[in-house]
Amino acid sequence: MLSVIIGFMIIAAIVAIHAKDLLSAIIAQGFVGYGLVICFLMLKAPDLAIVQIVVETITLIIMVAVVLDSSRKELEVSFDRRQAGTIAASFLFIMVLLLYFNRAISGLNHFGGHSLRMSEAYVTGAASQTGALNLVTGVLWDFRGYDTLGEATVLFTAAIGVITIIRLVGKK
Amino acid sequence: MSVIVKKIAQLMSGLIFVYGIYIITHGHLTPGGGFAGGALVAGAFILLILANGSEYIKLKRQEEGSSVVESAAVLMALVLATAGLVAGSLVFFNNYLPEGIPGQLISAGTIPLYNIFIGTEVAAALITIFLALVIYKEEISK
Repeated sequence: MLSVIIGFMIIAAIVAIHAKDLLSAIIAQGFVGYGLVICFLMLKAPDLAIVQIVVETITLIIMVAVVLDSSRKELEVSFDRRQAGTIAASFLFIMVLLLYFNRAISGLNHFGGHSLRMSEAYVTGAASQTGALNLVTGVLWDFRGYDTLGEATVLFTAAIGVITIIRLVGKK
Repeated sequence: MSVIVKKIAQLMSGLIFVYGIYIITHGHLTPGGGFAGGALVAGAFILLILANGSEYIKLKRQEEGSSVVESAAVLMALVLATAGLVAGSLVFFNNYLPEGIPGQLISAGTIPLYNIFIGTEVAAALITIFLALVIYKEEISK
């Protein structure tokens, strides 16, 4: 079932690249995104699925608005001989990436089978190692402190951005 | 807004504020923490402003104050994390304070301090964004 959805997603991605009409390309791209939502649900990650639904819907709305406001026709890009080096370099990079991906994936569990090594260590060791009874806070501020610092910085940056853009009138 | 809404908002916002402080300071014992508690504290102020209108507080000074508090809180969290490099083993985000007895209010080393700083940061950031939007609307309508 999962592989069927992933197969449809791959077909939709190819359609999105080759479609002449940009609106149909966006619809095919939305198919990929919502297929990913179903994949997340089937892999038992409902929180990721909710985030993916929100992000996918917002992205689709923005892209549809951009396409309706500009042009539905695809730009004609002709092949240039100077691009040959770039294409060869990206092909080489993709091959190296696939090689290392293949070597890394051989050590993982089979697709969809969860490996609980890390979360077991968190659940059994968090309270005794950090001294925090709330395991979530213990993980957030001890084991994964970098992650939480990044989250706090995102909010900080958002506030700075809002002040910079919105308060331009008053500070003039 | 009518008198009823204003009075109820003034009565409730104190309770919401205290509950937010509780969520922040007990973040290592009960569900919640800096992010949830900070949003509650910000909500108490936003409720007051929504009920009483923007003349209720001196808007311009408040926005500057909250943005300074926000930046200072992030800076303090960073200083606390960097202090782990100096104290004990050389690890960023090292939990160098004693763990104490799990279940007591003062335990879990640096985690409650991080929660307090991040709670302050989240509350100040949300208030700053809200006030920036309110002030923008005031200045546009003038």
